[in-house]
Amino acid sequence: MARQVSRQRKIGMTILAWFVGFLIFFPILWTFLTSFKTELTAISIPPQFLFFDWTTENYVNIQAQANYFHFMMNSIYLALGSTVLGLIFAIPAAWAMAFSPTKRTKDVLLWMLSTKMLPAVGVYIPIYLLFINLGLLDSRLGLIIVLFLINLPIMVWMLYTYFKEIPVDILEAARMDGATLRQEITQILAPMAVPGIASTVLLNVILAWNEAFWTLNLTTSNAAPLTAFIASFSSPQGNFYATLSAASMLAIAPILIVGWFSQKQLVRGLTFGAVK
Amino acid sequence: MATQHSQKLARSMMAPSVIALLIWMAVPLAMTLYYSTLGYSLYNPISTPFVGIENYTYFLTDPTFIAALTNTMVLVVGVLVITIGGGILLALLLDQDIYGVNIVRLLVIAPFFVMPTVAALVWKNMMMNPVYGVIGQSMSAIGLAPIDWMTDVPLLSIILIVAWQWLPFATLILLTSLQSLSSDQKEAAEMDGAGALSIFWYITLPHMSRAITVVILIQTIFLLSIFAEILVTTNGGPGAQSTNITYLVYQQAISFGDIGAASAGGIVAVILANIVAIFLIKAIGKNLDA
Amino acid sequence: MSIHSLLKTSAALGALVALTASATAQETTTITVGTVNNSDMIRMQGLTSVFEEQHPNIKVNWVTLEENILRQRVTTDIATKGGQFDVMTIGTYEVPIWAKQEWLQPLDNLPETYNTDDLIPAIRNALSVDDKLYALPFYAESVLTLYRKDLFEKAGLEMPEQPTWDFIAEAAEKTADKENGVYGICLRGKPGWGENMAFLGNMAREFGANYFDASWQPQFESEGWKKAVNLYVELMTKYGPPGAASNGFNENLSLFGQGKCAMWIDASVAASFVTNPEQSQVADQVGFGGAPCGTEDCPNDGYNWQWAWSLGLPAGSQKAEAAQEFVAWATSQDYINLVAEREGWASVPPGTRTSLYENKEYTDAAPFAAATLNAIQNAKAEPTDDKPYFGLQFAAIPEFQGIGTAVGQQMAAALSGSVTADQALSQAQAIATREMTRGGYLK
Repeated sequence: MARQVSRQRKIGMTILAWFVGFLIFFPILWTFLTSFKTELTAISIPPQFLFFDWTTENYVNIQAQANYFHFMMNSIYLALGSTVLGLIFAIPAAWAMAFSPTKRTKDVLLWMLSTKMLPAVGVYIPIYLLFINLGLLDSRLGLIIVLFLINLPIMVWMLYTYFKEIPVDILEAARMDGATLRQEITQILAPMAVPGIASTVLLNVILAWNEAFWTLNLTTSNAAPLTAFIASFSSPQGNFYATLSAASMLAIAPILIVGWFSQKQLVRGLTFGAVK
Repeated sequence: MATQHSQKLARSMMAPSVIALLIWMAVPLAMTLYYSTLGYSLYNPISTPFVGIENYTYFLTDPTFIAALTNTMVLVVGVLVITIGGGILLALLLDQDIYGVNIVRLLVIAPFFVMPTVAALVWKNMMMNPVYGVIGQSMSAIGLAPIDWMTDVPLLSIILIVAWQWLPFATLILLTSLQSLSSDQKEAAEMDGAGALSIFWYITLPHMSRAITVVILIQTIFLLSIFAEILVTTNGGPGAQSTNITYLVYQQAISFGDIGAASAGGIVAVILANIVAIFLIKAIGKNLDA
Repeated sequence: MSIHSLLKTSAALGALVALTASATAQETTTITVGTVNNSDMIRMQGLTSVFEEQHPNIKVNWVTLEENILRQRVTTDIATKGGQFDVMTIGTYEVPIWAKQEWLQPLDNLPETYNTDDLIPAIRNALSVDDKLYALPFYAESVLTLYRKDLFEKAGLEMPEQPTWDFIAEAAEKTADKENGVYGICLRGKPGWGENMAFLGNMAREFGANYFDASWQPQFESEGWKKAVNLYVELMTKYGPPGAASNGFNENLSLFGQGKCAMWIDASVAASFVTNPEQSQVADQVGFGGAPCGTEDCPNDGYNWQWAWSLGLPAGSQKAEAAQEFVAWATSQDYINLVAEREGWASVPPGTRTSLYENKEYTDAAPFAAATLNAIQNAKAEPTDDKPYFGLQFAAIPEFQGIGTAVGQQMAAALSGSVTADQALSQAQAIATREMTRGGYLK
């Protein structure tokens, strides 16, 4: 009897959860479907859900007009470059904050976060002029630096909350046992820190991949990533829903796939210490 | 002393990050401050005279400034309410024993990976367009008049788009927090005859408060400077109904090419953001105490 | 291939042969071209290889962006001398302003074969300052009334050669059939100086009103503007499609192509889209009327819209020579022939050269040719006694794009019904007065 009820409840919850999940995912699914329609099918009334003539012409046209791989490679360079640079700076800082906190540690942390609040457009022209003078316009290096600086506060904070969970007692015990500093780091700390670093890397890659103001306004072609690629296909003259959908899928697919495959790692560190 | 030594080491480990951010903050800020005192038109840059605080009075007396300030607040609060409310409900749902929970979770987190510009373009054109959009067509199909989202409820439309993007983030953090709640506590309460609602209210919600704090803090930082979604969908209109402070600054800088006023606006936005930050930290900072 | 380019090619080949002795190929210059993602430009991008074959020492690097973003990018870059682009796609709004700032390279040593005299005079003037060309026209447009012949016939209407706004209102009422998803009239509503303000600025002119009077006083509260905007809001509310306040050129193009509009007044390039069966389901039912007039002595016979997407060279470019080579190719007669050969005459970029409209092959393939030429020739944008600025649907002063965008938002608000037309116009007047005072035009 009770079992029956809980089974029914499970089925009910399952239906509800799948329905809600489907609703949330629907815009992406719809974009995916539209990317395989012709322009006229894409705006047909009533809309065609699955039973239309699937075509890959949009993808072919897009590749003919813009070299997708050039933009994608730039996105990868920028995301990875800024992340690596970020790790080099953030790990020591977070480490110090977590293991030798002072009474100002929290203030420093919050100050770092507050640097994210300067609206990018407000400093657009000054930064543009600065970039001209430094010769960094349309260079990957320039953008890597900008993306690194934008995301550094989040990285430091995320790593800090993660490192703080590492029990210091273990270190002391290891020291008692005569472990060297090197052993301390490679054999005890690193294994415990790696999951936190992994999720920090993932979040940072996502944020850098999706950053759409600086990556668009400080690049022309050499360093232009997928955000610029999208700007070539949004609202051209003529019907464009199908082409836009295909371009959108191309722009989000890599990061979506990476995100899906690594969601466990991502979630583990995404808590920002929210879970004690 | 060892501690003194480690303090020193700690400081030198923090130094690179602190210095990098100091430069990143100070240089643009100093430049913006400088430009905010100049009469500098991007499209007519023949002379850039010193004009004192004229740019500030000009920006602050902009007839749309108050509207932009209100819209900024409504946007932040609206998205926070939806993502936290929806996030709690979703977290509760995903915490249940259901078939294929892993796949549902993949569906739910997907929007987090979508570029803001892509999200806005997709919602504007394929979802919310009153003629071709899926929502409009569904409404027509059941005999309702389609809503003209971007015209009739522009700010709500943007709130919904942004909330869609941030809902996964809130859900994930809240879900992780929920899953760390020991079932003993809940069972004990159930034994005492507490209903589901009061368990939620007295046990689950307080347990999640720290997670909620984190969601509010992180999201607010990003939401204060929402820009791409507005640029792609409504351009701040109709009128100024969906203009926020960031977008107002953008209009000054790009449409008007008024770098002086835009810089002044940038400074105003920084001050406002810091007021919000101080307020936030005062209000919820204790929750963050490590 | 023209003799000119043949000569060029052989010269280049000769140079190449001479250089192979030292085994160093001639240095290639790469030029970066910034352009909008309109279909004519995308076609040009597709034909680049032809240019590169003719000019083996020049490589073309395309930066294709959506209009607003492109404008933001190129304007920032040229104003700050960033040097990111060697060729910029700009319009008749930018050319006079930028030329005055000396941001553009004058194009005064074009080859004889380019035949500048063949450019349609109105367009050539629009791109010249002190008789010097500062950009070359890629395609040009004015305004037309597109209508559905079948729906007009059904309603017993006939489009006069020169319609009045009274007629348009009557026709919108008679052709509208909202239950069946047919709207009497589709017009731009999406805010922006190049979107709804292009249409409304043009419509206000048709009622005899300008943006500014001779002393730069904004005119939004004048009789002409009031009549225009009130009629616009009334027509669109009664007979227009839903969501009109976010419809720009594209959205209206989709609506018209889906057979949802009986009339659409917009840029003349629309004609080539709606008559193309791949873009439009009503391709064989489209008629072309003149632009409507609202008053007896209608300025320019109603054709108060002039625009030419053009290619210009930033001053001080290191690669000016190669860039000019490219610009001259892309706007040449040869290029038009090339497109005709590959894609058919109906697809060639319209509105720039007189000879195109004398070409029977073109006029046969493009039913809208005569109407377009007439519109472009009639649209005269020069300053006059009561209009101190260059431009019709825009005013070529730096302050205009800000004002136009902000005023466009007010017009969208009026269209959405959140304010009345008169309220929106007095808001517009306040905004414009504030900006013009800040710009130093008004004391």
